Amino acid sequence: MKKILFLGLFGLMAAVTYAGGYRVSLQGQRSLAMGHTGVAVVNNAELAFFNPAGLVYLENKLNIAAGASAVFSSVKYQNSEFGLSSQTNSAVGTPFYAYGSYRINDWLTLGLAAYTPYGSSVEWPTDWSGSHLVNNIDLQAIYIQALASVKISDKLSVGGGPIYVNGSVNFNRNLSRTLTDIEGNRANVTVDASGVNAFGWSASAMYNATEDLRFGINYRSEIMVEAEGGDADFENIPNSPLTPFEDTQFDASLPLPAELSVGVSYELLDKWLFAFDYNRTFWDVYKSLDLDFAKPAIPDSQNPRNYENSSTYRFGLQYLANQTVTLRVGYYFDESPVQSGYFAPETPRNDAHGFTGGLSLNLNDRFSIDASFLYNRYEEVNESYAPDPSDFPNYDGVPFEGTYKTSAFIPGLGVTYKL
Amino acid sequence: MKQYFKYLAILALGIVSCEPEFDNPVNEAGAYSNGEADFSRYVALGNSLTAGYADNALYITGQENSYPNILVQQFEKTQDVEEFAIPYMNDNAGGLLLGGTQITSNRLVLAVDASDNPSPQVYTGMQATTEVGNILQGPFNNMGIPGAKSYHLVAPGYGNVQGVAVGTANPYFVRFASSPETTVLADALAQNPTFFSLWIGNNDVLGYATSGGTGEFQLNNLDPSTYGENDITDPNAFAGVYAQMVQALSASASGGVLINIPDVAAVPFFNTIPNNRLELDAETAANLTGYFQAVSQVFAGGLIQQGVPAEQAQALASQYAITFSEGPNRFLIDVEPSDSNPLGFRQMTPDEKLLLTIDRAALAQGYGAVSLSPQVMQILGALQQGQTPTQEEANALFGAVNGIDDADALDEAELANVRQATAAYNDAIEATAVANNLGYVDARELLNQLAEGGIAFDAGIITSEFVTGGAFSLDGIHLTPRGNAVMANEIIEVINTTYNAQVPKVNPGTYGTVTLSNEVE
Repeated sequence: MKKILFLGLFGLMAAVTYAGGYRVSLQGQRSLAMGHTGVAVVNNAELAFFNPAGLVYLENKLNIAAGASAVFSSVKYQNSEFGLSSQTNSAVGTPFYAYGSYRINDWLTLGLAAYTPYGSSVEWPTDWSGSHLVNNIDLQAIYIQALASVKISDKLSVGGGPIYVNGSVNFNRNLSRTLTDIEGNRANVTVDASGVNAFGWSASAMYNATEDLRFGINYRSEIMVEAEGGDADFENIPNSPLTPFEDTQFDASLPLPAELSVGVSYELLDKWLFAFDYNRTFWDVYKSLDLDFAKPAIPDSQNPRNYENSSTYRFGLQYLANQTVTLRVGYYFDESPVQSGYFAPETPRNDAHGFTGGLSLNLNDRFSIDASFLYNRYEEVNESYAPDPSDFPNYDGVPFEGTYKTSAFIPGLGVTYKL
Repeated sequence: MKQYFKYLAILALGIVSCEPEFDNPVNEAGAYSNGEADFSRYVALGNSLTAGYADNALYITGQENSYPNILVQQFEKTQDVEEFAIPYMNDNAGGLLLGGTQITSNRLVLAVDASDNPSPQVYTGMQATTEVGNILQGPFNNMGIPGAKSYHLVAPGYGNVQGVAVGTANPYFVRFASSPETTVLADALAQNPTFFSLWIGNNDVLGYATSGGTGEFQLNNLDPSTYGENDITDPNAFAGVYAQMVQALSASASGGVLINIPDVAAVPFFNTIPNNRLELDAETAANLTGYFQAVSQVFAGGLIQQGVPAEQAQALASQYAITFSEGPNRFLIDVEPSDSNPLGFRQMTPDEKLLLTIDRAALAQGYGAVSLSPQVMQILGALQQGQTPTQEEANALFGAVNGIDDADALDEAELANVRQATAAYNDAIEATAVANNLGYVDARELLNQLAEGGIAFDAGIITSEFVTGGAFSLDGIHLTPRGNAVMANEIIEVINTTYNAQVPKVNPGTYGTVTLSNEVE
């Protein structure tokens, strides 16, 4: 009942970028409170995301975990040469997760998971100084996954399953820095595609070296979201054959990159649990966001990205204070996949330090409430979007330079139920 | 247990209010400096260039992108400033109505024809709706009056609607003059500007130049009330009225900038149509050379017949033996017949200018060359066979020359007048700036730079090339928004030096150039 209430409170979903690229690492309040570690932790149904192989080691027959986060994030831009300044006014994002597992027999547990590992919502003031790159973007992807967890021995288990993705994107930018209609309104294009489906998979293993020491590995495959026949809506186009833009369809593909996690956890004196995770996200598939417009007169749009693979280092600590309260803290360092010279205001991300904390309250034997918060600290960064012409000969934009500063604070609530 | 949630909620709200903050935010006090200048009430005086006139009309987006409006947005980054009021037109069509009748035409836009050839055309996508008689409630900070000459700024009645039809008033000033008998300067002074800019004097030579030098150079005539519309203002008359205005403006202001007069030779209006566009094939070139040899011979023969010594006759006639070659040749121009040039035509010299408004179709059809009609060809044929032409035939022969009209060109004498006046005005402007400790902006140098090589910006080079260069609007005289941005940057540089200020510049690349539209007739 409360689970439904909480989900209702947070509404459906609008994910906001706050981690590297458009990866949104908020896949469980217990894990997040511990720096989003969990590939080697057996705690609750959050394992469905972090390491499905571990589900089979959960004590109870039925395990459910669900929750959502509220993302308060803001980015400021300024350029001191020209005295320009802008700030995003992005809606509060509410990424969510819902996991369930059911033990069939001693060696097999099945599960179902829904989560939102990728998304981005950035809204700059319309016609701001970087509006030729982006006015606003809203990218959403819901993962739904069926899972199996198989115990090979008391020490080793494997897990995984197929993933179905339903995604949507809405993106608006001005066509150039200067093009307007006769009234001076900036020419712009909105591309919109929704209900885009794609498939992928994940596979994992867990190894319990001793009663207190566990190792885990999890791999989630790359999923290429192919938007075909999306709507492109051109506005404020001059009435001239020299600007042949008109409403049409577009094709584009956006990668949701593969991620490899390895980790270890160690339990001390029954009350303390230490966890370390290492994530490698294979961003280098994201070279360029290319929009292919159906009308041949309209030039295709190339938006170089040139992302590179990135690593995240996560540390978490859990303390069982008493029968009711469990406390957690964590830290992570999140490397940005965005390279110098490719700093687009659409995902203006530099390296982040994540500080996390949280607690669980066990209301009774079956039901507990999980709360977490995450504060992301970013350094102020002088960057530019200036794709290398030798890599992207078709890109003809000019450099867009400035100083960026981002902040993000994300409180989250969830529930754990076991039977 | 509820306590935990309460603490969590308080913690959440506390950190949510933590906005990202820069170490040195540019949008907070102290990021830049107004130095010794006080920009809080800035008034800009001038003509069309100050008003934001472009594409042969005044319209809203042009006014928004005038250099004074660009400047004030940068001033605002150094200190609090009052609203910069602009007497906005009613639309983006341009064009004025007087009593419902349109008295100035709509703006120009860049249109393309069926074969994608671009050319400036009058925009017809909407009606002009700015009625001169609808007087706007001032005061206005942008007091740029399209068409104003130096002495107009101190002329009472320049904003009286009754004077528009007879030419003693300016419809653009009528729209926002505080009373029919006020002057532009009086309305500016009434605002007690803390900072001002003055860019006036362009029209004191430009009217003459754009008319092809049809007016007079009023040298030593100190009474502007006797000047015609296309005359050049006497430099002493200019200097007198200019110094008077600047003294009045700087009496209470913290400072100001004076902007000098560009060389007309630097603007596309006088540089887009080359005077050597008479493209000839070998046969036509030979025919024309033959024709002018014939003209020269016949003319010499006529003189000798009238008793002029042969040597003298041949010397005078030799100027008409113009030779042509395959490829580009300079056009012929009509001049006032004189003792030294009795037939009243000659070939243009390399420096002479054709105006942008010249009929280009006519140029392609023989304007600026010779009409080799069948009759003329017949006369030429007869001459070749050794026949002596009749007087009638000689006249027909001479009359075949279809030289460029005076109103379509600036010849050397006219250019000399314009340059002499411009140089004298600029001396006066610079001396006035020095005498009053004001900033002196060398717009002449800036526009020369645009004409000779251009000015680099983040997406290339801004030049004065017509249509494509980016600096000049489709009328070939007034600046585009990007041209205004370049101008504003130059002024900012002078202000920063003169007043020890740190006003940030603008990025010209974010300002537009010419407007595309095919809503034309």
